[in-house]
Amino acid sequence: MSDASIIWFTLRMAALATALLIPPALALGLALARGRWRGKSIIETIVALPLVMPPVATGLILLKLVPHSVVFTWRAVILAMMVMATPFVVRASRIAFEGVPLRYEQIARTLGANETRVFFTITLPLALRGIAGGVVLGFARALGEFGATILVAGNIPGRTTTLAVAIYDRVQLGRDAQAWDLVAAGIIVAFVAIWLSEKLTRRRA
Amino acid sequence: MFRLLLIALLALPLQAAEITVSAAASLSDAMTEVAHVYEAKSGDKVVLNFGASSILATQIVNGAPVDVFLSADDAQMNRVATAIRVPLLSNKLAIVGAPLPKARRIAIANPEGVPAGVYAKQWLVHRGLWASLAPKIIPAENVRAALAAVLNGNADTAIVYATDSRVGQVIEDSPSISYPAAVLRDAKNAAAARRFLDFLQSRDAATIFRKYGFIVK
Repeated sequence: MSDASIIWFTLRMAALATALLIPPALALGLALARGRWRGKSIIETIVALPLVMPPVATGLILLKLVPHSVVFTWRAVILAMMVMATPFVVRASRIAFEGVPLRYEQIARTLGANETRVFFTITLPLALRGIAGGVVLGFARALGEFGATILVAGNIPGRTTTLAVAIYDRVQLGRDAQAWDLVAAGIIVAFVAIWLSEKLTRRRA
Repeated sequence: MFRLLLIALLALPLQAAEITVSAAASLSDAMTEVAHVYEAKSGDKVVLNFGASSILATQIVNGAPVDVFLSADDAQMNRVATAIRVPLLSNKLAIVGAPLPKARRIAIANPEGVPAGVYAKQWLVHRGLWASLAPKIIPAENVRAALAAVLNGNADTAIVYATDSRVGQVIEDSPSISYPAAVLRDAKNAAAARRFLDFLQSRDAATIFRKYGFIVK
């Protein structure tokens, strides 16, 4: 499998994983920022667990929980990436939502806006920069995911082999020169991604 | 032209089976070639999953859908439930770098569990050299790291598999190193898996394995 197709596959998987996790992560972030409900701190801890635990441990847990039809497929790659990236988006959006003044929302309501409209015209726009920062971190985490991926998705060239897994595989086989090719490509991809995100999230002067 | 295409399509087996094969990382080159030859010959599809034998065994124990497993040692194969198990290949140890008596630092894979290191220690103990050389031993994460230590000048000598290095001096009285192959008890496609295991033991496959330096049992 060519280096370009490994990188393209990894980018597509990371983008899809990030897109899929945004809606539930934002909902959870909002619920954590605003709600007062039982078990809130437990949910908060569970979501943060993948940040703290070694990724291989997360992979081992996923291997136990995930249906066998998913293991060793691209869906397993997506799943591993989502689990590892979600905490970043939840935490960032929670903090961003907490920073939105409730007064603005109340004013909108007194002017007759319903809850959906308040969310999309007041809350979300005001929290957007903070959320975007979390999404960039989450995407970056998904791009580099290794420990959980190798356990639950395996290393199947052309099907589940991501950039991180391919680099490890080549180092393990003593093919340092080929590993370096991928490392160089990975650095370029990371550069472009970070530069783009800086450009997108910078406050317009 | 059209007719040719039609004939080609009809010639394909009606239901090409797909089997998933987990193979030790050290077999990747050989197994990629074996799988290619087998796919062309049988029409079945072979999905190859590569990794450290210990990780592959962990995946299988936790229910990953694998049909055939090729392990780099018996210990990892013993962890999984097999339907048919055969000793497929063997390997030898080799010394790379300075001769042992002259070496100040000797790299081997971690002798506490990594197969290549376990074998290396076994051989040194057998030769009565372990006690005197133990202080000079540098344990490495895996056999490739031990080899890299010599190539980078961080060690004078390494004991590795003969298949890892063509320049090493092969140890003729190596402990018996076995790569078992098995059809797993929970194989989804047991019939196709058996056919593939048969092919692994064929003369065609043996030629490929020998090309990569393995000893065919």
